Amino acid sequence: MKTIKLLAILFISALTLSSCSDDDHDDDDHDHEEELITTVNYTLTNGDDVVTLSFVDLDGEGGADGTYTVSGSLTANTTYIGAIELLNATEDPAEDITVEVKDEGDEHEFFYSSNINGVSIEKTDEDGDGNPIGIETTLTTGDAGVGTLTIVLKHEPTKPNDNNADNAGGSTDVEVTFAISVQ
Amino acid sequence: MIKLFCYCVIAICLTTNTMAQDCTFTLKGKITDFHNNTPIFGASVHIKNLNKYTSTNHKGEFQFKNLCKGELVIEVQHIACETKNLTITINQNLYKEILLEHHLEELNEVVVKTNFKTEATSIEQSIKKNVLEEYSDKSLGDALKNVSGVSSLNTGNTIVKPMIHGLHSSRLLIINNNVRMFDQEWGDEHAPNIDINANNSIEVIKGANTLKYGSDAIGGMILIKPKKYAIKDSLFGSTLVSFNSNGLGGNINSEIVKTYESGFYGKIQMNYKQFGDFKAPDYYLTNSGTISKNASFRFGYNSFEKGFDAYYSYVDNEFAILQSSHIGNVNDLVNAINSQEPRVIEDFSYDITFPKQSILHHLGKIEAYKRFKGFGKLTVQYDFQINRRKEFDLRRGDLSNTPVIDLRLFTNSLQTDLQIDYSDNLKINTGILARYQQNDAVAGTGTSPLIPDYDKYDFGTYIIGNYDINESTKVSAGVRYDFSRIDAQKEYNVTDWRETYNYDELFPEFETGDVDGTDIPTNPNFSYHNISTSLGLAKQFDNNLSLLVNYGLASRVPNPSELFSDGLHHSAARIEIGLLTMEKETANKFAISLEKNSDDFGFSVSPYFKHIRNYIQLIPVGITTTIRGAFPVWQYNQINAQIFGVDLDVNKKINSKFDYKGSLSLLRGNNISDDIPLIHMPATNFSNRISYTNNALNNLKISLTHKSVLQQKRYPDYNFYTFNAIAQEDVFVDISSTPPAYSLFNLNTSAVFKAFNKGSLELEFNIENLFDVSYREHLNRLRYFADELGRNFNFKIKIKY
Repeated sequence: MKTIKLLAILFISALTLSSCSDDDHDDDDHDHEEELITTVNYTLTNGDDVVTLSFVDLDGEGGADGTYTVSGSLTANTTYIGAIELLNATEDPAEDITVEVKDEGDEHEFFYSSNINGVSIEKTDEDGDGNPIGIETTLTTGDAGVGTLTIVLKHEPTKPNDNNADNAGGSTDVEVTFAISVQ
Repeated sequence: MIKLFCYCVIAICLTTNTMAQDCTFTLKGKITDFHNNTPIFGASVHIKNLNKYTSTNHKGEFQFKNLCKGELVIEVQHIACETKNLTITINQNLYKEILLEHHLEELNEVVVKTNFKTEATSIEQSIKKNVLEEYSDKSLGDALKNVSGVSSLNTGNTIVKPMIHGLHSSRLLIINNNVRMFDQEWGDEHAPNIDINANNSIEVIKGANTLKYGSDAIGGMILIKPKKYAIKDSLFGSTLVSFNSNGLGGNINSEIVKTYESGFYGKIQMNYKQFGDFKAPDYYLTNSGTISKNASFRFGYNSFEKGFDAYYSYVDNEFAILQSSHIGNVNDLVNAINSQEPRVIEDFSYDITFPKQSILHHLGKIEAYKRFKGFGKLTVQYDFQINRRKEFDLRRGDLSNTPVIDLRLFTNSLQTDLQIDYSDNLKINTGILARYQQNDAVAGTGTSPLIPDYDKYDFGTYIIGNYDINESTKVSAGVRYDFSRIDAQKEYNVTDWRETYNYDELFPEFETGDVDGTDIPTNPNFSYHNISTSLGLAKQFDNNLSLLVNYGLASRVPNPSELFSDGLHHSAARIEIGLLTMEKETANKFAISLEKNSDDFGFSVSPYFKHIRNYIQLIPVGITTTIRGAFPVWQYNQINAQIFGVDLDVNKKINSKFDYKGSLSLLRGNNISDDIPLIHMPATNFSNRISYTNNALNNLKISLTHKSVLQQKRYPDYNFYTFNAIAQEDVFVDISSTPPAYSLFNLNTSAVFKAFNKGSLELEFNIENLFDVSYREHLNRLRYFADELGRNFNFKIKIKY
């Protein structure tokens, strides 16, 4: 029964090998999510008038729900300079994902929309092909009103497009909706 | 009457006698049955070079007198035995004990062709090599759809999971060369890593005797079998090349086999397959190609008394996943469902970009057997498998080439099987299994692993008895016990652990005591004891009619995805959540089959009924809000389920040239806990095939196949509404409604040419989806995004040498 002995040796050696060669099995290899976007900051500046819209979900998908913070209300009939920032705040220091988005500007685009009459957002930056990215914007308010502002980041959208996120294709990386007011 | 084969083996005992004179030697002998040592009466013994005959008496003895010194070429024959020749040299009086083997079940061990079922009392259907060759450039799941009652769960057209009676994944046992496949089979989009070209036949066991392989064959079993080679000196092989217009690709497969009269044999097989983007009737399916590289090696030694078989197979698959199926949130899904066309349509390309899967699977085994005189046969097998699965998604920046799922599953098993068959009527099979499995969620993906690290230990033992009550009636009964233990390491989100699922109260023993920021490391472990049984009866009537009745009790331990899944499954575009509270599934299965086997007219009618307690299903439960917006959440839950249906097969010889074959499958699956239909059940489908064969004209075969799949009208309604912030309105997410019925026609033609002295050349030309029908199949997970394949012209060249 030579073959059976051989089998036994094979089995034992395989077990031994598997138990010692496997260096990363029992380690803590549960990575921190490198790609996770935990934070969206949209800062609107008009001189001393600074309004910050923030969404923070530090534990990612699942877990506790994310929180929205709006620092104040916007002034009617005013033009703000807008800048968006995406962070992964689970890392220390927080990773600025906006840099990646900018580097791959031709594969990304931000879309802004508001249901408040008179609020309009224009993208002021461009990717290498001359199409907007939307990291830098100007936001103009009209008359007073209450409603929402939605910011969407699409990965691989059709570029150029009609500036409507629903028609731009691609897949959604960020979709946040802030309750805002114009006074 | 079943055709009988027999194989006879001689064991030699020499007694010495000092007398030595020419032509005075005596050859005496006794012929007995190998299994039970009973003498065999009436066996003929023929010395061919002297043309002397004799036969054995009732004690199994024979005698030749006055033999001269020299070589004797002896042929031993007995009814129902294959003729066996042996050569002995005589230079003194000899006494030989000759053992004959005439047990039918043993024959498929060493005899090349067999039409016996694996288990006499099981309900099974098989696919032979020549049919498998038709599918050389497709997948195992595609080939299996030939069998009534078998459908498939697809992700696109290259990732095909077989489904028996509506059940798939870890409810099916897939046994490849006597090795149970472990390849992260839990996922809907995980196709079995099997190269169908490496094998000789596939058997689908829908009801019964699966206990030898495991307790959890709730759906059934797929048995993939290699060929057994004749014991003779031979060298042969084949090469098969195929080309397809759809996908502009094909397959090349080559194999070569060397056998020796000593019983040794060896085989090498290699296969390469590549396709670019496939085409639906109206557009290209951008990023749907595949590359597959496979090889297998086998060598072994075969004799009646002992032998071994060593096998290694390597499968390397890269599957592109339709680019349009990558969605970011539920609004993207709604857009995809409402749009008639995929969102990305580009020109044809061989590029495989993201999303995609790349899977490596190594399988090795060594099996050895030894037969014991008057007792039975002992087989010992060790096998290992390493499965490395990488799933790539569309990612940003430096991470774009990093997989989101990277899992390595290492499985190794040691099993024994003892077949006690010295009695003519009763055969007993018993054995034990020990298995150790380790899953490693490989670090570096930059995501939380969907499936955690775990170790799994299995121990099983079984005993199965097959008893022939009389010539026409056989019964089998078996029982199996399994112990399984899963020991995992997983980090849970603290909020989920404590609040969402209340695990801190349900499973405080799993906590390790630390909390790491928002995560809590845990060490879940579970142990399970399973008992399963099977009972089968086969009754043979006149007119080739047979009746099979089966009952089985099967239990399945929840798989790691059902327990631990937690997070975004990118390639499935949904958040999947497993629960630690899952209990094992228990199924009671009844099946009956009435069959008539005949070339002129044959049929089988096989009704079945399954009741599954604690049936684990993954269903949409709503949406969750993430930074990407709303996301569909699918959660595992447990209900009681009933599945019943009937499979029908008919074959009829119309005349000497025309044959008809038809099949029909009807199935109903009910979630009896909620009194609604079960999700993802195959719809009623039927097929018809008319074949024309002309042997006089180069074996010309022309066949036209029709297949219809009706609309699945019985589906659970898990549709919901979600708020679209851009459009500022609630939108309807119709993820449940099923696509309409469709009918497809295929045309197959083939002819065989005698191209060389030894061997043949076969040419085949086929058209699939003859009328270029646009359709969607509800068991394709990508049905929201694109149509199925359009027309395909397929050309094959098979050379046998």
